[in-house]
Amino acid sequence: MKTIYILALGEIDPTIVNAIKTEVTIIFQVPTKVLATVSNPAYAFDQKRCQYYSTKILKEITAQLPDDGLRILGITEVDLCTPVLTFVFGEAHLKGISAVISLTRLRQEFYQLPANKTLLLHRAMKEAVHELGHTFGLVHCNDKQCVICFSPNVLSVDHKGHGFCPMCQQALANRLVEIIEINGKTTGEGR
Amino acid sequence: MDRILIVDDEEIMRESLTDWLKEDGYEVLAVEDGFKALQAVQEGNWSVMLVDLKMPRMDGLEVLREVKRLGINVPVIIITAYATVDTAVAAMKEGAYDYIIKPFNPEELGLSIKKIIEHQHLVKENIILRKELSRRYQFQDIIGKSAKMQEVFELIKTVAPTKSTVLIQGESGTGKEMVARAIHEASSRNDGPFVALACGALPETLLESELFGHEKGAFTGATSQKKGKIEIADGGTLFLDENGDISSKSQVDLLRFLQEKDFRRLGGTETIKVDVRIIAATKQDLKKLVDEGKFRDDLFYRLNVITLTVPPLRERREDIPLLVSHFLEKFNIETGKKIEKITEGALNIIMDYNWPGNVRELENTIEHSVVVTEENVIFPEALPDFLKKRGAIRISQNKSLQEIERQHIVNVLKENKGNISRTAEILGINRVTLYRKIKEYNIKIEGSAE
Repeated sequence: MKTIYILALGEIDPTIVNAIKTEVTIIFQVPTKVLATVSNPAYAFDQKRCQYYSTKILKEITAQLPDDGLRILGITEVDLCTPVLTFVFGEAHLKGISAVISLTRLRQEFYQLPANKTLLLHRAMKEAVHELGHTFGLVHCNDKQCVICFSPNVLSVDHKGHGFCPMCQQALANRLVEIIEINGKTTGEGR
Repeated sequence: MDRILIVDDEEIMRESLTDWLKEDGYEVLAVEDGFKALQAVQEGNWSVMLVDLKMPRMDGLEVLREVKRLGINVPVIIITAYATVDTAVAAMKEGAYDYIIKPFNPEELGLSIKKIIEHQHLVKENIILRKELSRRYQFQDIIGKSAKMQEVFELIKTVAPTKSTVLIQGESGTGKEMVARAIHEASSRNDGPFVALACGALPETLLESELFGHEKGAFTGATSQKKGKIEIADGGTLFLDENGDISSKSQVDLLRFLQEKDFRRLGGTETIKVDVRIIAATKQDLKKLVDEGKFRDDLFYRLNVITLTVPPLRERREDIPLLVSHFLEKFNIETGKKIEKITEGALNIIMDYNWPGNVRELENTIEHSVVVTEENVIFPEALPDFLKKRGAIRISQNKSLQEIERQHIVNVLKENKGNISRTAEILGINRVTLYRKIKEYNIKIEGSAE
């Protein structure tokens, strides 16, 4: 069965990587593996903005998806942005292969507040599932409790739940079935 | 699905915005210049346009201007990485919905788009609801939500498909002709003509000529053949207004026509057969006229197959606000004004009046008010004098006797600069009584000469 790969871009606390791995496995019901850490995404750095372009990172990590890979999720400590947005917690292409999340703005320290590792873990798990959800074709949900609802700030990340609402859960299930069927046909599985 | 059109010359911007908006569930098209944008905007139905300000050949403001010139109703958000106060002011002056600086705070653009889309959904919903309301409270051109008017609408629907003669009763100005037209329009005869004749206004000989037409030389002045209203209405409906006023001779002729369905032109020998539905109307009590021997009973029974009574406006006051807003809309269009509403005070005065001239009088009143008002709201001052005076009386009617007495004493005192003797004389009371009342009502005397 195809696998979702997690790739640390630079040094990432293993507790966070493991927590995300477990969460992704549970939510998507797909085997999840962690790839060997790669260096910080210096290629995506924009001097003017002192931030990293997430879209460039997506292009780069897509190329690193192993043959048996279904999706690849990058995790980075650097602050991400896109050409149109001042910052992003993460980015993914709708129905794409790759997703990336940044821990920078999920940390309490970014807002001059005392560090809170538990909160950081919860936020990172939610954002990882959120971005991977987009790769499975899910769009922002109006249900503020649904993990795929749009979070313009960290408070709204805290407010939403870890899982999908029933409608999005159903849409995800349909999409996963579609993918399994397509993969079955192309790889000869199920014959 | 809501559709967003992006216009930006930078590919990376187009891609980035498209990806982000697609994640929000929008259908997105991104084009690289103003020309392609104008083509796309004319071809599709767009919820919002995001237009980059600085583009070669045609900049964002030119695109915005052109969209407005083409009369395309799509909200435009100008986006730019080079914001200046001048361009922001220019964009808003040209009618941009918003002006947002790139890169955007994720919350800012999302909120602006969401606001536009929600507003558009509300507008659409409003249109649907208005249509539904107008369907429910309007029968062709007749307006009324009152139970009495709803009954009239139902009766119109019931009688319209039949061939029966209808007698419409109602006071002047209640809209009897509109009801007759509605019956005609709702009937299978609506392809045929609707011909109206005000019988009450015509002398006997002229009425006969108008009804049946005449041959050349039928009477002095009949220099050519003329078709009568009955003949013109062939295949349609003939509406005879104020038929209670017609002469005995005309009553006989009309009765004959109703019985035989044929007639001869005045001075003619040929019998002409026509297929005409008669709808008669009267403001008088025809039955009473029959009892008094002023109207033929056989004609009355011929006309009175189905009776439809249009209630006077005073018996359906709940329809007044609806009628007021209908006439406001009508006269706004006619005068080119943009009067949005009528104040509660003015409406209260209108609601209080008895409207002897019924809907026609109300229509004339609103026309007067629209013409004289220079604001975008109708205040009581814009109402015709006869209503304004009633308004003043109404205000005093809402006060207690003591309040009116106090106010009157204050006014007379003021007019007489506090002169007690003169005030007492005018009020018809002695000075002691006036002093007692001044004390009782706690009136402060200013400018007293005593």
